[in-house]
Amino acid sequence: MADIAIRNVVKRYGDTQVIHGISIDIAAGELIVIVGPSGCGKSTLLRMVAGLEVITEGEISIGGRVVNRLEPKDRNIAMVFQNYALYPHMSVFDNMAYGLKIAGRPKGEINERVQKAARMLELSELLDRRPRQLSGGQRQRVAMGRAIVRNPAVFLFDEPLSNLDAKLRVQMRLEIKQLQRSLATTSLYVTHDQVEAMTLADRLVVMNQGVAEQIDTPLEIYERPASTFVASFIGSPSMNFLPGEVDGDGTSIALAQGPRLRAMGQALGQHGGRSITLGVRPEHLAMVPEGEEDFHLQVGVVETLGADILVHGKLVEAGAAARQAKGEGGSGIIAARLPGSARVLEGERLPLKVASGLLHLFDPESGKRLVEV
Amino acid sequence: MVENRPWLTVLQHFVLLCGVALVLFPLWIAFVASTHEGRALVAGVIPLLPGDQMVENYRTILTAGMQGAGGASVGTMLLNSLIMALSIAVGKIAISLLSAFAVVYFRFPFRMLCFWIIFSTLMLPVEVRILPTFEVVANLGMLNSYAGLSIPLIASATATFLFRQFFLTVPDELAEAARMDGAGPFRFFKDILVPLSRTNIAAIFVIMFIYGWNQYLWPLLVTTDESFYTIVMGIQRMVTVADSYPRWHHAMATAVMALLPPTLVVLIMQRLFVKGLVETEK
Amino acid sequence: MHKKVTFGGFAFPLVLLLPQLAITFVFFLWPAAQALYQSVLRQDAFGLRTTFVGLDNFARLLNDPSYLASFKVTLVFSTSVTLTGLAVALLLACMADRVIKGSGAYKTLLIIPYAVAPAVAGVLWYFLFNPSIGILAYLVRGLGYNWNHQISGTDAMILVVIASVWKQISYNFLFFLAGLQAIPKSLIEAAAIDGAGPWKRFTSIIFPLLSPTTFFLLVVNVVYAFFETFGVIHATTSGGPGQATTILVYKVFTDGFVALNLGSSAAQSVILMLIVVLLTAVQFRYIERRVQY
Repeated sequence: MADIAIRNVVKRYGDTQVIHGISIDIAAGELIVIVGPSGCGKSTLLRMVAGLEVITEGEISIGGRVVNRLEPKDRNIAMVFQNYALYPHMSVFDNMAYGLKIAGRPKGEINERVQKAARMLELSELLDRRPRQLSGGQRQRVAMGRAIVRNPAVFLFDEPLSNLDAKLRVQMRLEIKQLQRSLATTSLYVTHDQVEAMTLADRLVVMNQGVAEQIDTPLEIYERPASTFVASFIGSPSMNFLPGEVDGDGTSIALAQGPRLRAMGQALGQHGGRSITLGVRPEHLAMVPEGEEDFHLQVGVVETLGADILVHGKLVEAGAAARQAKGEGGSGIIAARLPGSARVLEGERLPLKVASGLLHLFDPESGKRLVEV
Repeated sequence: MVENRPWLTVLQHFVLLCGVALVLFPLWIAFVASTHEGRALVAGVIPLLPGDQMVENYRTILTAGMQGAGGASVGTMLLNSLIMALSIAVGKIAISLLSAFAVVYFRFPFRMLCFWIIFSTLMLPVEVRILPTFEVVANLGMLNSYAGLSIPLIASATATFLFRQFFLTVPDELAEAARMDGAGPFRFFKDILVPLSRTNIAAIFVIMFIYGWNQYLWPLLVTTDESFYTIVMGIQRMVTVADSYPRWHHAMATAVMALLPPTLVVLIMQRLFVKGLVETEK
Repeated sequence: MHKKVTFGGFAFPLVLLLPQLAITFVFFLWPAAQALYQSVLRQDAFGLRTTFVGLDNFARLLNDPSYLASFKVTLVFSTSVTLTGLAVALLLACMADRVIKGSGAYKTLLIIPYAVAPAVAGVLWYFLFNPSIGILAYLVRGLGYNWNHQISGTDAMILVVIASVWKQISYNFLFFLAGLQAIPKSLIEAAAIDGAGPWKRFTSIIFPLLSPTTFFLLVVNVVYAFFETFGVIHATTSGGPGQATTILVYKVFTDGFVALNLGSSAAQSVILMLIVVLLTAVQFRYIERRVQY
């Protein structure tokens, strides 16, 4: 168990900078998930911690020791790779034991540690097999086992579940979480899957284009996304964004598409008169009786999920015909997540209301969240 | 097959059988000739079915060689060919594995230069630099030696190229995992890379064994001492003699002995060899 | 062609490369340089004095009727070997690709000649065509042609072409077969549904798609005919009768080792090297192009 400190880390390949100064403090035993779209630099960051990439600028320390110049093997870490990187010509036992053998541990100790890890991962029966003879889930376990036997201070996971099918992914996700809890080993976990990120993380790092947009607990990130990027990346389907303007007194918002929203339970006086991007999560829209609505949705497509339905359509002013969005007013296309029992027909006009207190306001230029009062 | 046309299938088998006949006919006749008495091959047309002198003929050439064609027995020549072919195959695989490893897994100055130097050998087959290469070997005192027979033929861009191609397909993560496990470059090479290359090594072994065994011009140049003659070059002397004396039965027995070992290697390791051959050139 | 992961160090990779570089330098680059150097020198008849003669060796060669004749022989020989070899192998490969029953056995039998040394292949056919006892010579005589490759230059040429083609059939066959098997079956099926018969399918789909393989084999076979057939010729016709089968490589050998004409032999080596460089360049361009697919 060790804490990790990442300080102003920068990565450049020649002239292209891919990481623009990231700082994260990770407490001992914490499970940190780095999430972001492909190419955001999350794997690069992980590989710098692992020692597989040179750190251009900044400093990484593990357990209080600066590791910038240390070889991976000297950093007291273990890594689980996306394609598992099991040695195909070695048995499961040898795969797990290889690192210990190189380190020159005595045979008895190696055997004991591998057996113990195998028991923990239910691999005891498979120790003589080759990776080729294992299922995807079993290979995944062997990769974990190889990390565990070394009893490292830090686990690094590089999209470890992305090669598994959906069902297995859910199961392994749970196993990884339980394992990490019981071993209490500091872990850094990279994924592009937001569900994986939300469910696993003690804290999340949302990355975009080489920058950490937000570092916080999953719930905090969901409830108070720091930018439109974070807001759209976390949550499914994505948050709806609508351009608009806050009234002078801050009691309501005029949307570019026409409708006017009353800001219930949120004081916006501070932002009176300013242009904003309004964010509303699809699950925070509710169907209401005619007359109570904030706006209508001209229903385009309805997707049935069972427990819920997703309604996609165009926002229109209550009572008025759909009118062209003005200027930069955006498309006005939004989605709403409604209970599965709701009966919605395509082409219908649906009266919708925003749940109170759940409006998100962003600066239209920078995309940054505007501070609530 | 897309459609069912019986006459087309018949035609295909017919063409293929003709092809097989074309391939096997010379081999069969050589075998038949090697089982008859010398006299049977002098008068008129040679027989099409094996005779009864097989054991006798083969024993003679294996132990005593052919009368009038130099003293070396076919047994000695076979041994020389075997030593030469094995040295070339093993030597090529060893140095090619090492250099392919260096070129693929290291970044160092002059890497591309080294790469191109090795590849220049593709453009310099022994046939085009006969005399100067002969002089080098002569100056090094390597005439009439196994070293002279094999070492100059060991540098091989083909094998290096194949190993390089294969190493490039080995997932990067394996090297990274080995690094995390604390394996240095040599350890990684020995424990991971070489074991992973087993199939490729076997395939290249077959190709290079045949290449070595079938060398003709080179042994012709560097051996004057008949105890170093290889079988493939030795056969030429026999043919020259066979035309003047009735010794075709011995010449053909030698030919059969010369083609049997590489043929067996190819047939036994057929699948590996075909895979390796077709991939080398891709 | 780059690995993401590499090891550091300078000395270690050089040590790894050393054996191959050393052999390449001593037995390839140095002799090649020697050939270049000697090609501009001439020794007197007793090998006592060597003088610099510039490009005179080359000029003499290009004015030497026997060298030009050898060039012509090489062209006839390599064209015949390449075209015949490719045609026969393509035919067999097409047939083997379609056959389901017994294709393994055919393949096994057809690859045997690959293992046979060119010199041995030459000897086998030399025996079959032997004017006095060869069975094929006998059959040809039965057809009214008096075969004798020891007298007729044409006969000798046909003999070495047959032996060289026979030896190379396996190689061509294997590559054509691999090429054919790489053509998606759905394409052939689509053409069949469009109403194309077997011959139409071959000319309009299979052969065009096979062109990379064909081109590759074309180059390989030319190289083979130029250089590797030395054994076929030396073991059988010895370049004769007259100079009817003296290809360029054979001439380098006889001029250098038999006639001991070092300058001329070196100049011939240089010309051959230029030919190989040219062929290799063509081949590389082709490989490069194919990489982009």
